Amino acid sequence: MLIAEVAQYMVNGLVLGALVALPALGLTLIFSVQGFVNFSVAAQMTVGAYAAWAAGAALGWPPILIMPVAFVVPGILGIVADRLALAPVRRRPGAHTPLMLAVVSIALNLALENALHFLFGGDLRSFDLAVERDVSVAGIAMGPQQLRNLATALTIAVTLAAFFSLTRWGKAMRAVADNADLARLKGIEPARLAGLATFIGMGLAGIGGALLAIDTSVDPSTGSRLILIIFAASVVGGLTSLTGAVLGALVVGIVGEVALIVMPPVYQSLTAFVVILLVLLIRPNGLFAAVGVRR
Amino acid sequence: MITYLLFLGTLAGIYAILALGLVVSWGQAGMVNLGLAGFFGLGAYASAILSGAGVPIGLAWCLATLLSAAAGIAFCLLTRTLRGDYLAIVTLGFAEGLRLVETNERWLTGGSDGISGIRAPLKSLLPDAFPSLYLAVTWAVVAVAVVLLARLLRSPFGRALRAVRDDEQVAAVAGKSVMRLKCQAFGIGAALFGIAGAVYAHFTSYIAPDNFGVQITIYIFLAATAGGYSRLVGAVAGALAVMTILEASRLAATAIPGLDAVEIAALREFAIAVALILIIQWRPDGMFRMTNQRAGTRPVARPVAADVHS
Repeated sequence: MLIAEVAQYMVNGLVLGALVALPALGLTLIFSVQGFVNFSVAAQMTVGAYAAWAAGAALGWPPILIMPVAFVVPGILGIVADRLALAPVRRRPGAHTPLMLAVVSIALNLALENALHFLFGGDLRSFDLAVERDVSVAGIAMGPQQLRNLATALTIAVTLAAFFSLTRWGKAMRAVADNADLARLKGIEPARLAGLATFIGMGLAGIGGALLAIDTSVDPSTGSRLILIIFAASVVGGLTSLTGAVLGALVVGIVGEVALIVMPPVYQSLTAFVVILLVLLIRPNGLFAAVGVRR
Repeated sequence: MITYLLFLGTLAGIYAILALGLVVSWGQAGMVNLGLAGFFGLGAYASAILSGAGVPIGLAWCLATLLSAAAGIAFCLLTRTLRGDYLAIVTLGFAEGLRLVETNERWLTGGSDGISGIRAPLKSLLPDAFPSLYLAVTWAVVAVAVVLLARLLRSPFGRALRAVRDDEQVAAVAGKSVMRLKCQAFGIGAALFGIAGAVYAHFTSYIAPDNFGVQITIYIFLAATAGGYSRLVGAVAGALAVMTILEASRLAATAIPGLDAVEIAALREFAIAVALILIIQWRPDGMFRMTNQRAGTRPVARPVAADVHS
């Protein structure tokens, strides 16, 4: 009985982790290429969720079209916001520029969140999907939408892996993430990849938000409520490792859900914070960071 | 109207204490505390709970300040080997996590209803004069903080701090204990956030988790930035400016027809956030305008003390 219960929590954690992996990948990608923590991924998640809601629930588009919308809208908005808000600060390089950018990005997060609040109001918006029966395998239940989320996240992870290992742009980004100076020596200009990294990163966050919204609902704080879990995933992964971000998300997701056995659900974010503290205490460079790779 | 002005004046004083804390940790030592709302809340809740349990208010303020400082130093030590981004993430996480505790531990914090009926000094004795008295108390705290900090930052400690901010490696080579200096500055900042929280709790006599959201962090970053990051007097001026902007935006937003309360609130938060972004963009060297003199860049005769004060 207890084993089945733990297994159920672990499966739930896997579903949550797969979902969190997307914004965590976005955050890690942007940090790797641009060298600063972009807190606005949280609000961009919500942007993706509203974009999906507008396309799916308001316009009635089919799910296959919703996901590209949830990717492209926050992606483009991310580039625009980056040009308007962050680029002027980035143009003045200095020892403290990354922290200034972090401060600007958290202001940006608040601005985006309130813009959404202004446009859509504070009410919960849901997709009004037909209620589906849970799929049950060996006593472990899963919602069909959760299964679809898992499949979507997996598809995206595989696509990204292919992009980063097979294409020129992908390889260039990995080179910059590993060592920006060496990449520059090889003729790769990190600044030129910044736009692409922002587009993909925010797009991933957007899809994460959309999947969450389809499974539950969306309101202006949807993304911000997950901010601790997203950051915990990235920190566990070492903040510069893309594989680490995915593994970190799964770890944080599973730890967060299994902790529910002893903790009330409202403290799920707090578990994520404790995970951040523990990882920093034990392995500051992340559980999965390769030895010797530092920024 | 007078009551309203006294209220705003006191609130501006509390913002000034917060902005001073940010100037020490951010402007002078270059460390970003994105969770200042958390330390503010920690001070407020600690003082409210302690005084509610019968601890004298003065002692409650001191304990709240110490607790906040201890939390700040702990986070600083935890991230000592890492880039400043990590400290920013951890402090932000602290603020969010604390808000969860505040909302859910009803036995201690009253949950989302908050704590009401917080005692205030002299309120029962002199109910009429209380607003003006508390205004004076708040600004006295501001004045004491400014005087102490000015002395501190003019001392060798302050110079070492700015050296660390400008170049950690050079400071370390010069024999300064970088980590210790950074954590001291961060602790002083956190202490000021804590005492501001205590002053706030006993001023409004009511606190709830919603008072300590990320908005307050943005307000104070705006105050510190508007005042020129590293200047103490600037922090006070910045706090007054932010208070003015907040109130003016309240009036301006109500003047726009056809907006409901939710839209007005969203618009105001949006405007404040955009204001912070613009001011960081427009004042390119704001944060480091008051840097230490470097050889050959400034007249040698200029006293270092001017860096802190002016």
